[in-house]
Amino acid sequence: MNDLLVANSVSKNFGKFKALNQVSIAVPKGSIFGLLGPNGAGKTTLIRIINQITMPDEGSVHLDGQPLKAEHIRDIGYLPEERGLYKSMKVGEQCLYLAQLKGLTKTEARNRLKYWFDKLEIGDWWNKKIQELSKGQAQKIQFIVTVLHKPKLLIFDEPFSGFDPINANLIKDEILQLREEGATVIFSTHRMESVEELCDHIALIHKSNKVLDGKLNDIKRQYKTNTFEVGLESLNKDKVFAEIKDRFEVLPATFKNLNDDIKLNIKLSDQTSPNDLLSFLTSKAEVHHFVEVIPSASDIFIQTIKNN
Amino acid sequence: MNHLPLIIKREYFTKVKNKSFVIMTFLSPLIMIALIAVVAYLSQLNNDKQRTISILDETGYLKDIFQNTDNTTYTNLSGLEFDKAIALVKDKKDYGLLYISAVDSLDLFSDNVKFYSEESPSLTIMTGLEQKIEKRLREMKLQKDGVTIAQIEASKTNIEIQQESFDGEKSSKIDNIVKLAFGGSAGYLLFMFIIIYGNMIMRSVIEEKTSRIIEVIISSVKPIQLMMGKIIGTSLAGITQFVIWVILGGILMIIVSTIFGIDLTQVKTPQQEMMNQAMQAEGAQAMAENLITAIGNLPLTNLIIAFIFFFIGGYLLYSSLYAAIGAAVDNETDTQQFMLPILMPLILAVYVGVFTVIEDPHGTVSTVFSFVPLTSPVVMLMRIPFGVPLWQQGLSLLLLIGTFIFAVWFAAKIYRVGILMYGKKPTYKELFKWLKY
Repeated sequence: MNDLLVANSVSKNFGKFKALNQVSIAVPKGSIFGLLGPNGAGKTTLIRIINQITMPDEGSVHLDGQPLKAEHIRDIGYLPEERGLYKSMKVGEQCLYLAQLKGLTKTEARNRLKYWFDKLEIGDWWNKKIQELSKGQAQKIQFIVTVLHKPKLLIFDEPFSGFDPINANLIKDEILQLREEGATVIFSTHRMESVEELCDHIALIHKSNKVLDGKLNDIKRQYKTNTFEVGLESLNKDKVFAEIKDRFEVLPATFKNLNDDIKLNIKLSDQTSPNDLLSFLTSKAEVHHFVEVIPSASDIFIQTIKNN
Repeated sequence: MNHLPLIIKREYFTKVKNKSFVIMTFLSPLIMIALIAVVAYLSQLNNDKQRTISILDETGYLKDIFQNTDNTTYTNLSGLEFDKAIALVKDKKDYGLLYISAVDSLDLFSDNVKFYSEESPSLTIMTGLEQKIEKRLREMKLQKDGVTIAQIEASKTNIEIQQESFDGEKSSKIDNIVKLAFGGSAGYLLFMFIIIYGNMIMRSVIEEKTSRIIEVIISSVKPIQLMMGKIIGTSLAGITQFVIWVILGGILMIIVSTIFGIDLTQVKTPQQEMMNQAMQAEGAQAMAENLITAIGNLPLTNLIIAFIFFFIGGYLLYSSLYAAIGAAVDNETDTQQFMLPILMPLILAVYVGVFTVIEDPHGTVSTVFSFVPLTSPVVMLMRIPFGVPLWQQGLSLLLLIGTFIFAVWFAAKIYRVGILMYGKKPTYKELFKWLKY
């Protein structure tokens, strides 16, 4: 059993509105799984079903091979997008309370909290009320509460919103660290650069349907267009450009470079290999830049959504 | 996983440690006592006021009937002319002048009694004067027909019906008054309690929504546990406050009355006035004895146990309804439309209690309403002093608890669905739809 979480053709209706339509995902153990989709696609509904906040109308969800049941609450840590804490409660008391709700004993919770508070250097917040903290500070507390009971599955919905770059990095490192320690992470976000950085699997949900899923690299391979970004230097720019244009499909390109070169995106047909292109180019001009264009997560996202 | 004790503990301690809660707990009895003290002081001031009423009686019939009391002095102005008498009364700043002009016949007497005063006289004083004059005239009329004073006195009788049930249990009118007092105050206490603390539970249920912690909590505990915990925790906080109020109020009452020498029991209500009159008629001591036996006659054990169960049951049921309202809305301003349906049965219960139970404690209306869960706590508590079979009490309690559990389930259901509907003001129609999700 390599998948920690498996959702099987899950559907959910709210009245006449279909929030999820036969969505299946499989989250491999130890992966960081990006759950992507435009606003209102149904991501949050799926996450709520995994958290047993709502029940699916059809389909089933299995965690570690077992159908979801109440005890699984301990195995899941959930940081919702709509987040908050009891404002008038003290930080320490609140963390203890929430940790105990997740099934930790009080002493256990206290020890782990001390570890985290020391690690994030926020020990002096223990007796402050949440309303005395800034939004980012409260987010940190919320993060600690989410991971404190060492769940097998962590679900983060937009975990970086509200953090400054330094703290966002800190949290990112913590997430990677937790993965090292064996946790599986489901990660829902709109920030494609963090998907790029963190995720190794993604699923894309659009208008209640899953439209794409798999390993991020596989998907990229699938989406690549055999296009190469090329920077050339030549005394006779116009001639070289015309010759290239005769043989290949050419698009203008922009990238940063030291010289005022010829900058091109060259799309190869299936018969042509990159080496053919490169040898052709070297014979015509001085090659300063030669890179395969790999579609970014953002490109894939936009393209998939547009095509559907 | 049972998180109930944990949730109850948190709800209780957050409420109890809350600053405004602490302040209100200790301030309210102070304010109450201060208020009572002011009223007591004022009414004492009023009682202490000295009045002089001058009397000009040209008939001479009413000679000896006006006896001076602590607060009222009567001056006899017989022999003076009316104009002079008026001038004199004005001059002396007397309370007023009672003027009876000369008449030929006793039948015409009543047209000739007048009272002159600076301000319009108080109702009690007028009634007092009228009673005295009426009594005197009746005696004079009877005497004219040849009846002696002694005969009149002898004709006065006082009837008190001795009540006895078929089982040989004796009771009296005062028994009924005591029963009503017990039942009434129990019902009223519950009513007040629900009004004061119901809102607190509602706010506590909304808390998760306004602080946006709801998804974190609901992914850790079942809504029904959360609801139950909130209702019980907040109720305990309410009971704590109430007990402190009673104790603190009692202590303060004693302190205030000893330090300032104001007898707080002197705040006279019309009922007390009547009681006092009744006491005088019957003899204070006999009255007190009757009172004690009446209390002794009450089914006290039953009463206390029933009070505890019905009080808690009724309070929990209404709390769960308030919780359901809290579950349905996002913020307090949206709660208004749901308040009336909750208060209606409560008000109905008090009305049934006050009007029907007094009239006929075991009649159809009283019996039915003492089973209907929303009215049963108040109505049953009022009925019990009159003797209600145990099976009826048990059945009623069972219905009450059943309804309570159903209401909590209902609230939890609404709560769970309500999460998915952020920011929408719910209508009844939608609530009904939610139940089917």
